[in-house]
Amino acid sequence: MTTSTDTTQRGSAPQPGGTRKNSLTAGQMPRWTWIAVAIGALVLAAGLTALLGGGSFSWTGWLIFAAVLYIVGMYVTTYAIENKRRATDGIWRNLVWAAFILALIPLVSVVWTVFANGLPTLLANPQLLWTDMGGVTGADDIATQNEGASLQGGFLHGLAGTLMITLMATIISVPIGLLTSIFLVEYSRGGWFSRSIVFFVDVMTGIPSIVAGLFAFAVVELFITTFIGESPRHVQMIKMGLTAAIALSVLMIPVVVRSTEEMLRVVPNELREASYALGVRKWRTIFKVVLPTAMSGIASGITLAIARVTGETAPILVTAGYAAATNWNPFSEWMTALPVFIYRQLMNPTAPAAGLPSADRAWAAALVLIVIVMLLNLAARIIAKAFAPKKTGR
Amino acid sequence: MSKRIEAIDLNVYYGNFLAVEGVNINIEPRSVTAFIGPSGCGKTTFLRTINRMHEVLPGARAEGRLLLDGEDVYATGVDPVTVRTQVGMVFQRPNPFPTMSIRDNILAGHKLNGARMSRSEADGIVEKSLRGANLWNEVKDRLDKPGSGLSGGQQQRLCIARSIAVEPDVILMDEPCSALDPISTLAIEDLINELKNEFTVVIVTHNMQQAARVADKTAFFNIAGTGKPGKLIEYDETSVIFNNPANKQTEDYVSGRFG
Ligand SMILES: Nc1ncnc2c1ncn2[C@@H]1O[C@H](COP(=O)(O)OP(=O)(O)OP(=O)(O)O)[C@@H](O)[C@H]1O
Ligand SMILES: [Mg+2]
Repeated sequence: MTTSTDTTQRGSAPQPGGTRKNSLTAGQMPRWTWIAVAIGALVLAAGLTALLGGGSFSWTGWLIFAAVLYIVGMYVTTYAIENKRRATDGIWRNLVWAAFILALIPLVSVVWTVFANGLPTLLANPQLLWTDMGGVTGADDIATQNEGASLQGGFLHGLAGTLMITLMATIISVPIGLLTSIFLVEYSRGGWFSRSIVFFVDVMTGIPSIVAGLFAFAVVELFITTFIGESPRHVQMIKMGLTAAIALSVLMIPVVVRSTEEMLRVVPNELREASYALGVRKWRTIFKVVLPTAMSGIASGITLAIARVTGETAPILVTAGYAAATNWNPFSEWMTALPVFIYRQLMNPTAPAAGLPSADRAWAAALVLIVIVMLLNLAARIIAKAFAPKKTGR
Repeated sequence: MSKRIEAIDLNVYYGNFLAVEGVNINIEPRSVTAFIGPSGCGKTTFLRTINRMHEVLPGARAEGRLLLDGEDVYATGVDPVTVRTQVGMVFQRPNPFPTMSIRDNILAGHKLNGARMSRSEADGIVEKSLRGANLWNEVKDRLDKPGSGLSGGQQQRLCIARSIAVEPDVILMDEPCSALDPISTLAIEDLINELKNEFTVVIVTHNMQQAARVADKTAFFNIAGTGKPGKLIEYDETSVIFNNPANKQTEDYVSGRFG
């Protein structure tokens, strides 16, 4: 008796790979539900937009309607087929995605606009990269706009200026920032002095960049009028690449301090102790154990700080002025940075009557600037990878 | 070389908190001494005073005398760095330098101090230290790979090799096996037995069998209650501590009747 019951039961047991439904997945929506809801939302939204638009069809309106309908539709469907818990879970997921896409729109559209406007000009006139505006007059631009002559000039001076000014700013701010954060993390024991440094660094983070420019101007002015001279010729000297670099350092230092501080704090204390226990002095421990361990984060923090100041316009305009010719010397004469070049070309075109060639140059310069910033960000990632402590050795 | 450690009326503080009180102990050179006792009784704290690692923590200080072969480590004018070159330390968790290869980890004590040495000299130190830590055969083919790519037990032996590479007189080990499997633990215990031919070894452990296996002498620390200072209760031959202790607290602890 018992044996036969056993057999029947075993016979009805689910076969591996059989078609019986898994009870764990019962009551779930089919996988294609979201596609169906999406199509429904798109179609419905198209109808709504056409109806409300009264003749003219708005693409943006259509997408917004579709997104809202999709989110609501998914919620209702999930609620009906599954349960409330899953529906709530789904609506939050969809909202997070919507927020993400919304955040991405400005970025993508900026990059798109700059590429669409700048790339054709740059491809047609690659000489923009290696000529400056020296000798280019309004007549040239009028000829370009009206008679189809080739685009004159370029922004080599802007590239040179951006390069030199940023380089100088980096040379000034990296040692100061690094040493400050080393002091904060390794030497200070949380006294009033270190707390006030942290406070002022935080305040500096929020300084408007134009104020940094004015500050740098004032400092250099003070220095030059006190130690060199007060004649108009000397006052002329204030505006130079170095002054702009000082202004940018004011903006960079707090970023470097904060990111380095963060990185130094995550270096495990065990490593410092391991080094001390080998009889290694504190400064050697810091420079040979702590800094190398944190190097990837520090380097990428610095690169991001550089990327951040490369795009500054106002502080450079008030400190380095604007020149038409290439100047590689940051210690004398006015210097143009790329953002300043863009600003000037758009606001004061070379030929006031024919602004298009200037606008073309500005867009091309904007493209180059964006590419530089992107490359710097990429460099930050590569540096972080390259310096990162090796985790496995097999 | 190997040195005698003597503590005379040593009090150890964290700020105003007296963590360890009145330690008097005399540790023979070329011997293994185990520190045992309940958690929080100050074994680590006392161990770290021996190589002046204790004062690395803000506010931490020690009072009293601690002699290395008769010379007071806490005398005025003594450079803690000099003390630490003579007294090496192995920590509870293996902590190889993550940016360095196995080879550079061994040479860290020399290189971080800016010592210059020839390639062959360095190779000699690396091989000798790794052999000393019973790790040579396992890593000799990948000396240039990162030290953090080793297993936990190997990493701990790498840390031991790193500390013997600077040829200290004393090696302190704070629960060196607590993160390791029984096999690696055995490897390290064997190693400790060999190390005592050259060094004075002090080991903190929560494992009584381990203390019984490796230590010549054992010190039992205890604490009267939370917030009270830890004290050295009894210090004697390991066999006496485990079989015939003089103190009731020791007997309760080693027989598991503690608390
Ligand atoms: N950094 C510190 N600051 C303040 N007090 C501390 C610090 N480290 C340890 N203590 C205190 O000192 C006392 C002794 O601690 P210690 O770490 O030496 O104990 P232990 O015997 O090593 O314990 P365990 O066996 O758990 O490692 C404890 O009361 C502990 O709370
Ligand atoms: Mg401990």
